[in-house]
Parts: sequence; C-alpha cells; structure tokens
Amino acid sequence: MADTRRPVPQPPPGDDSWQEEYWRRNLRLMVLLLSIWFLVSYVLGILLVEPLNNIVIGGFPLGFWFAQQGSIYVFVLLILVYAVRMDRLDQEFGVDERDEEEDVR
Amino acid sequence: MTPIQFWTFLFILLSFGLYIYIAWRSRVRETSGFYVAGQGIPTVANGAAVAADWMSAASFISMAGLVAFLGYDGAIYLMGWTGGYVLLALLLAPYLRKWGKFTVPEYVGDRYSELVRTMAAGAAIFVSFTYVVGQMRGGGIVFSRFLGLPIPGGVAVAMAIIFTYAVLGGMKGITWTQVAQYSVLIVAYLIPGFAIAQRLTGFPVPQVTFGTLLNELNALSVQFGLPNYTEPFTARPQIDVFLVTLSLMIGTAGLPHVIIRFYTTRTVRGARYSAFWALLFIALLYTTAPAIGVFSKYNLLEGVDGQPIDQLPQWIGNWEATGLVTIAEGIDVIDSVSNNPADGADLTVDNDILVLATPEIAGLPAPIVGLVAAGGLAAAMSTAAGLLLVISSSVSHDVYFRRFKTGASEREQLRVGRIAMGAGVLVAGFFGVNPPGFVAQIVAFAFGLAASSFFPIIVLGIFWKRCNAQGAAAGLLTGLTFTTVYMIGTLYLGWPHVLGISPEGIGAIGALLNFLVTIAVSKMTPPPPAHLREMIESIRYPAARRAVPAAVATGRSDRT
Repeated sequence: MADTRRPVPQPPPGDDSWQEEYWRRNLRLMVLLLSIWFLVSYVLGILLVEPLNNIVIGGFPLGFWFAQQGSIYVFVLLILVYAVRMDRLDQEFGVDERDEEEDVR
Repeated sequence: MTPIQFWTFLFILLSFGLYIYIAWRSRVRETSGFYVAGQGIPTVANGAAVAADWMSAASFISMAGLVAFLGYDGAIYLMGWTGGYVLLALLLAPYLRKWGKFTVPEYVGDRYSELVRTMAAGAAIFVSFTYVVGQMRGGGIVFSRFLGLPIPGGVAVAMAIIFTYAVLGGMKGITWTQVAQYSVLIVAYLIPGFAIAQRLTGFPVPQVTFGTLLNELNALSVQFGLPNYTEPFTARPQIDVFLVTLSLMIGTAGLPHVIIRFYTTRTVRGARYSAFWALLFIALLYTTAPAIGVFSKYNLLEGVDGQPIDQLPQWIGNWEATGLVTIAEGIDVIDSVSNNPADGADLTVDNDILVLATPEIAGLPAPIVGLVAAGGLAAAMSTAAGLLLVISSSVSHDVYFRRFKTGASEREQLRVGRIAMGAGVLVAGFFGVNPPGFVAQIVAFAFGLAASSFFPIIVLGIFWKRCNAQGAAAGLLTGLTFTTVYMIGTLYLGWPHVLGISPEGIGAIGALLNFLVTIAVSKMTPPPPAHLREMIESIRYPAARRAVPAAVATGRSDRT
C-alpha cells in the first residue's frame, strides 16, 4: 500500500484527530489481511476445492493443497505482515513502545 | 526389556528430568509470577511456549491419524487449528496485552460487570476441563503402550506427573518448561517425518514430497474399502467442513489458556510478534502432519496388502496389547481396513495410535520410536499444565476471592489455586479413563464452547464501545446454552444433524448467535459509562503519544 509513504498530518498537541486516523488505518490493514485469510482458507480450500482439484501440481490436487498446506503458509505470513506494518504505523504516530522495550529487567 | 522400551524409558526419563529441573529452578511464591510470569518472558521464548501450550496430545498424537483416515476432510483440523492465530493476532492479542490483567474473566469483568466475570470464569473452567481430559487420555495412551499398563494405569501415571510440576512451578516455571517441551516435541515429530519422506520418496522434505504418493494412496484406499484420499467431503458435507473449520478457528482465538499467554510479553509489540513466532512454530508441525498421515497410511496399507495373517508386520502385534489395534476373527488375508470398530473390517486401527506407531510401521530404529513417545508426552503434559493454570486462576482469582472471600493473603490465594489444580487433575483423570469420544473430538468440543462464549464478547468489547454488560451477559449465555444443548442432543440423545451440521461445527453458529444477541441487547439498554469508553479508547494505542514521533528518531532497537 503506497499510502503509508504520504506525509502524515502532524496535529498540534492536545488534538485527538490522530487517534481516529491511527485507528482507521489499523482497521483498514486488518480488513485487508482478514480478507486474504478468508480467501485462502474458506474460498480456495473449501468452497472452490472441487474445481481446483482438477489442477494437479507436483502430485497435489490444487484445492487439496490449499486446504492442507497452502493456507497454513499464508496464515504465518499474514501475522508477520501485520506485526511489521503495525510497527511502522506505531512509529509514524509516535505511539510505539521503544522506551519500555529498552527497560531491561 | 525390548530395545523400544529401553529407548522410550531413556528419553522419557531424560526429558522429564529436564522439565522438573526447570520447574524447580523457576518456582515462584508470588501470585503474579504464578499466573503471568511477571511479564518478563522474551518474545521468541513466549512464542515457543504458546506453541507447546497449544499443541496438545490432539495435535501430536491424534491429528495425523485423523487426517490419515479423513483424507481431504482432515483439513478441518489443519486449517482450523492454525487459522485462529490470525484472528488472535489481529483482533485480540495486542489489545488484551495493553489491558494487562491476569485472566480472561478479569478482562471481561473490567469491561462489563462482575456478573459477566463470574459467568466467564465458569465457562473458562468448563472449557479447560473438557480440554484437559483429552490430554489425560493422550498421555495415558503413551504410558499404557510403553509401560505395558492398561489404559487406566497409564492415565494414573500421567495424572501424577502433571500434578507434580504444574503445582510446583506456576506460570513462570511452566513457560520455561514449555520452551523445553516444544523443542522435544518438534524434534520428535520432524525426525521421523523427514526419515520416512527420504525412505519413501527419496527427498527428505515431507511437505514437498507427499504429493507424489497421493495417486497410489488413492488406489490403495479404494482397494481396502476406504474412500478416495484426496476426494473432498467424503466424511462430512461441505457446509459442515466450513463450519467445523470456522468453529475451531474462532475457538482457538477464544481459548483462555492461549489468550492468557499474551499477557506474559513485556509490550504490545511483543504480543504481536509472539503470535507470529507461535504460529511459525506450530506450522512446522501442522504442515508435516498431513504428510505423516499420508506416509503412515500408505505404509500401513502397503504392509498388510496380501500378507497371510501370521506374517503381518511386527507393529500390529506390539499394539494389539493396548486393545487399540484389532484383527477380526477367522480370516486369512486382510482385505479391509478401518478406524471404526463398528465397520467390522478385517483390521481396525484406532486413529490415536497412528503417530506413535508411525516409526514402527515404517520400520525406523528403536531410538526414534522412543523419541516419538517422549514427544507425545511433552505435548500432552505442556498443554495440561497450561490448562490447569487457567482452572486454578479462574477458581481462586476470579471466583473464590471475588465472591466468597475478598482480601485474602497471597499465600492463601496460592494455596487455594493449588488445591483447585489438584481437584482438576482428579476429575480430568476420571474422564480420561472413561472418555466421551476420541482425543481430537473431545478437544473439538472445548473449542466449540470457547468459540460460542468468549470470542464474540471479547472482540465486541474492543471494537465496539457501545457494547455493554447486559448485552455481553445475554450473548454469552445464549451462545453457550445453544452450543451445549446441540452438542449433548446430537451426541447422547440421538438428535439428527440439522442441515448436516455436526456437534463439532455448531460452535460457529453459537458464536454468531452470541454476536447477534450481544449487539441487539446492547442497543436496547443504556450505553456503558464514560470511564469505560475511555479505557477502551486507551487500549487501542500501544503507548502514550510522544511529542516527537519515533519515525523521525533513529536507532530504533528491533530485537524481538
């Protein structure tokens, strides 16, 4: 998503509009990732499994492969992408926890 | 003593010595260390602990066997028990970590009301009990096979061991023990997987190569009177596959012993990465499991194909003693194979033994057989310990000291918590001997109940400020009652499966009802007070906003 590079408006201290913007972008990322989650597992792995099984790659019928292998790989990636993008979002809005993490007990 | 028994004893002794040593080293005296490990666990370690906590006897012992007999339909477990982490990571973990309490009922109590808290504690205890029963059963099967005991004796041994170190260590001990247990169980799972892949397909990565056997396996399955392996919807109709997968996913995200794990990270960011590490560690096993299922079923069918009854492979005799493998009377050659005694097939193999027997079926050397047994025990024990902790914290922290005796000393709280754990072990042991289903089935019920009770009200509590206590109480009660009634009705009272929906799949409908009722009742009753709306606002941001955004600053530490 190219829009993360656009300059974020820096409101004066005390203005709460950054909160709405932060939350809106968090929700948008979430909805995007959850759509992919639904697509690989429920659409490709279950709803369309029969037509996809006509395609065979490396011995695997494709629908079968999504249901038993592919979807799991995608799940791992989705969580990684979420964590990395939220890191960036937190930094951009100055709500990251750098100080706390450096506080080594 | 046979070589298999020798190696099994050796690995079990070594691994349990290690766990108990770790638990002893990190034993605790304060309640916060007992319940959430003082929030000082590094992210990767926490991920490994989540993985061990999460991957139970059902994942390790039962799942590949179930997949082997379900074929494509086994995907309900593979996707259902991994996809929930996406929901957990995106919808729950960071926000609950920011809230920062000990237990799930505690969050619900703060967000809604004491009534909802008590109901949630009741549901947490119930769900964890159902789940811990599966672990007792799994541990019991391992001890029974390798100590030569009947199943009740095996369960008794499992009970004694779980009790010893869950009570001793609390969360901190459990977390570090679970890191060790994860290492043992994943090594024990991957080594035979890679060895068999090498032997059968000539390339040691099971995830890549099991496809090459699918055609032959399809043919063999049909020959032995089993459904075509890759054919979808042979065991369950499509709608049920969809709903069971959804129930397991939502249930995963709602399981109290998994959620509580994300309280033990130091930061919100740590909670997000913990979820990533956890699923990565889990995926190692979950992508290997379908391969093991294919390999062992292929070996099994190939091994008995056309053999006279007195020349069957050695493993069949080894496992007949447990009563989990049976051969029909008066036959000469095995013509049919099933996992269900009711089918009256020539050879009946219980799902639950397939992983444990895989190295024997494939003819791998005795040390690997022993290692797999130690891995199965690690999986059962680590999950049982985490569950007992939830039972103990719910009983002592959320019910006893809230409802009956407020202001008790730390010592007393710990003592009641430990007594609750002991009682939990005993009751779970009883049901472990007299189980109401297969290990993975029992566990699936726990998920249905978790899905229909916790997940909707926790998610709405974070994402919808208008959601109030009346709505949550009504929603939780509706979801839980509906799901329980359908499960009991279809399992024990002979009700038909409405639209083909099995008791394992009903949790998704229960969750949907919970959502709808919570929203409707919240709309009809007054909004929650202003201070609650501020609290919800505050959990949405990991930290207070700094004057200078960190994007400008440099040298950010990126360790995870």
